[in-house]
Formats: sequence, structure tokens, C-alpha cells
Amino acid sequence: MQEKYDAIVIGAGLSGLAAGIRLAMFGKKVCILEKHSIPGGLNSFYQRKGIQFDVGLHALTNFARRGEKGLPLTKILKQLRISYDELDLKEQFFSQVAFPDLSLSFTNDLEFLVDEINKNFPEETESFLKLVEKVKTFDAFSLDQGFVSTREILPQYIKDPLLQEMILAPTLAYGSAWENDVDFSQFVILFRSIFLEGLSKPMGGIRKVLGLLEKRFNENGGILKYKSSVQQIIQNKGEVEAVILKNGNILKSNTIISSAGFPETMGMVQEDKAPKAMPDIGSFSFTESIAVLNKKPKDLGQKAATIFYSSLPKYKYENPKSYYGTETAILSFPNNFEEDPMEEGMARVTFLANYDLWKRLDRPSYKKKKEEVFESSLKLFESFCPKIKDHLILKDVFTPTTIEKFTNHKRGTIYGSPQKQKRGTTPIKGLILCGTDQGFLGIIGSLLSGISMANLHGFSTNQGASV
Amino acid sequence: MENTQVREAVMNIIADIALDEDVTQIKDDLALRDQLDLDSMDFLDIVMELKKRHKIEVPQEDYPKLATMESCVDYLGPKFH
Repeated sequence: MQEKYDAIVIGAGLSGLAAGIRLAMFGKKVCILEKHSIPGGLNSFYQRKGIQFDVGLHALTNFARRGEKGLPLTKILKQLRISYDELDLKEQFFSQVAFPDLSLSFTNDLEFLVDEINKNFPEETESFLKLVEKVKTFDAFSLDQGFVSTREILPQYIKDPLLQEMILAPTLAYGSAWENDVDFSQFVILFRSIFLEGLSKPMGGIRKVLGLLEKRFNENGGILKYKSSVQQIIQNKGEVEAVILKNGNILKSNTIISSAGFPETMGMVQEDKAPKAMPDIGSFSFTESIAVLNKKPKDLGQKAATIFYSSLPKYKYENPKSYYGTETAILSFPNNFEEDPMEEGMARVTFLANYDLWKRLDRPSYKKKKEEVFESSLKLFESFCPKIKDHLILKDVFTPTTIEKFTNHKRGTIYGSPQKQKRGTTPIKGLILCGTDQGFLGIIGSLLSGISMANLHGFSTNQGASV
Repeated sequence: MENTQVREAVMNIIADIALDEDVTQIKDDLALRDQLDLDSMDFLDIVMELKKRHKIEVPQEDYPKLATMESCVDYLGPKFH
């Protein structure tokens, strides 16, 4: 017997769960298929030696205070019927953009950053405020806007090249799928989410968020199948019809929402009928080193939640020519939020990495290279958090191949294909994208992506028309 | 159905959508949008909840009739059985 659904969602990550909740909430018979035995996708979790690790979640962007109106976070919570208090957000102490001769700090209060800019770039304060106005009023969620280079727009506001780079750095590092640039709509979304709204952390980490979503999906009658890997997407005359799972089961639906990525999704469509031109795959990946400590970073002198680091005056955001690039990095200190439920200390650092080089390594050289990444990470930690080495109790490193293996994202990309499909449509009717390659990024962006694609495509056809 | 019951049905829907707001303070003659943090997406949800819970269809051209609690009750009253 074949199962039939009003909609099938591929992937129980944040976007897939959000899409599933919206559809189930309004009476659609919906099934989410997840390859792994836990939810999360790019934002998941694991446990080692009794210590809980979050994957992906450094901090939650888009902070909103309780009762603050009209912000993305509050909109999303309403759409998913999750109350503000359930998330239990704790604000960052502060974060930093650290360049060779200058660091700028920012908090969840824009005034703080404006003061910093006024101190270090007094002639740019006015223009920075104009940029803030532009960002506030820009329609970043227009679904029909093509790529616009931020590097071309930014100099119209900010004249000082160093300040341009320092403003760009966090927006590139936190979500650009393009090398050394970012689409202006994405820049606006990221600027708002980092500088205007700010960073916080849900007390229970990503587990808490995923748990809330899964609960909401189940309560609305949705069906979530773990260990269910999609082998093939079946289409007939350009319309989507069903998926075949690795175990041979066939699930039918005329609406399939995939969070697997654009090239990855098209790769699952029956080969002979798939369109010839495949979407671009992102050109770079990341490594991340995690150091678990028997002391909190703040007791070693570091109170920043996140540091966007550059060793060069021009922020380098491109596929490195070597295995990984140490010129730029994101340092993350998950303890540095106003309440810290973690017993241990933790420090993480992310470097850009070259997938092709990592992919070619044999097992022993791969292990050696991972050690090397960790050594480089420690060196960088030492400059921000002295004596960290003496407090190390556990370490872990993931690489582009780790990311590829666990997320199925081709070439281990995190921010997906540079070809975004803002309307979520593909050449196949009824086959819809959500998540990273639809174009909204980060945790809040992923949720918004799932919600908006479900709202846009999930309710339009056959509503009440069957009988 | 009594007007008070219609009002309560609408109130329950709004309370479930605007989970973080105090709906007991809603003034019937003022625009809901000005009293609560509701945007067009939320009004769509009110329409969808009306259909789901009470089998009431609100065509798009009638959305403005949901602007205040008073207009909701006037408009939806006859539709409740």
C-alpha cells in the first residue's frame, strides 16, 4: 500500500519543521522525512563523554525583548504558536569585530555600537546612522529581487575602507553564500538581525528549540519519520508525484517541500527527466574546533559571546587555497550570555575551508590535518583567552567532509548555493524549496523560510476542492 | 449564537495567535491592529482558524470587516449557527 499525503517535507531541520507545523496546523495531512534519528539538520546536537554539544547554534540572532512589536522573532513565534517565555532567551554580554589595529564591540543596544563608531570613526557617525535608516526601511523580503552587490552599495554610505570591512565582516561570516560579498537583501537581513536586534541564546540550546518545534508538529497531527532517507523524487510531465525512500517505500504527494538544498534536491529527481542545468554549488565550506574547558572563558578574561576576527585590514571571505584559512575566523564563547546553565567552559572557532583538499585526504592524513586545525585554533584562542591550553578537557573538530556526511549538503557548504530561489520554486511543479537555498538564513531565517514557503505554496491548491 | 459567544470565539482565536498578549484588554471599537501586534499574516491566520474551528469562510474582499472586535461580531454573527 502506498501512503498519500497533502504534503511531504524533506528534512526535519528548522525550516522543514516550521513548514510542517504550518501545514499540519491548518488541517493538511503532512509527513516530514528525516534521514537521521534526531531532528536539526545543520542545527543539531550530539553528546560526547557526558557533555552536550550544539551543532550550528553559536548564538541566536534577531533578539527581541518581551513585548517588542513587529520583529522577525515575534512574528515567527506567533506563526508557530510558541510563546516568548518558552524560548527562555538570555542576552549576550557583547560581541566584537576584531581587526588588526582596532576592535569594535556591539551589544543588543544599537547606541553602544554608535558610540564605538563615534569614538573610532567620528567622521562616519552620521553616515553610519544613514546606513541604519536605509537598512531599517529597505524591503529585504521582496521575493522577486535578484542579486545586488553590497560592496557596491556600502561605499555610498561609509567612506572609510576599514569601517566598511568591519561592518561587512559579521554579515559575510554569518551567512553569505558568495565570496567576498553578500547580496544586499541578505546584508540588510543580517545587519538587522546582528546589529539592530542582537544576539541571545535559548537556555536549553538548540535541543530546546527543536524539542518545542517537534512537540508543536506532533500536537497538530503531523507525522515525523526518522531514519527515512529519500532515494528519489518522482515526477510526471514536470509535476511532482511521490518520493521513494531508501527502504523502497513510496510516499505520494503533489506538494513536496525540500530543505535538502537546491542542487541536492534536483539531484534526487529521476535522472532521465531532471533538467540539464544544475544549480551552482557553494564554493566553500568550514572547519570548526571545539574546546571544552574546566574553567569558564570569562574567568580567563574573555567575556565576548562572538568575535568576528580578521588578521588583515581587508576581510577575506573566500575559498582558501590551503586546507583552511586562518586570516579570518568566528570565535564563539557559548558561556558568555547573561545566564549560563553549562557546567563546563567552551570555546569554538570556525575557519573557512577548502572542500576539495579535505576530500582528497586519506584517513591518517585526515586525522593529522584535524590536529593541525585544532592547534591553529588554540593559537587563536590564546590571543583572546590566555592560558586556555591549561584548562582543556576535551576537544572536537569538524571538517567540510564531516558537514557533507551529516547534512548531505554537497561539498560541505553551510550557506548553500549562491543561486537562491526566493519564491522556493523549482523547474518541477509542486516541488518547493525551503531553508538555506530558498534564501533566508540563520536559525530565525530558516524558521521564517519554512513558514513562508508553507504559507505561499501549501494552501493555494485543492483547498476544499477534493470530494 | 449570542453576540457574547461570537465575541468569545473570536477572542479565543486571537488569544491563541497572540500568545504573549493580554487579550482581555481589547477595546471593541478600536482597530485590533492598533491594540495588538498583529500583521497581515496574523489576520490570515484568524481567517484560517475561523474555517478550521467553525467552518466559516471569509472571502478576501471581506477581510476589512475583521478590523475591530465590534465589526468582527457584526460580520461573523450571522455566519455562526
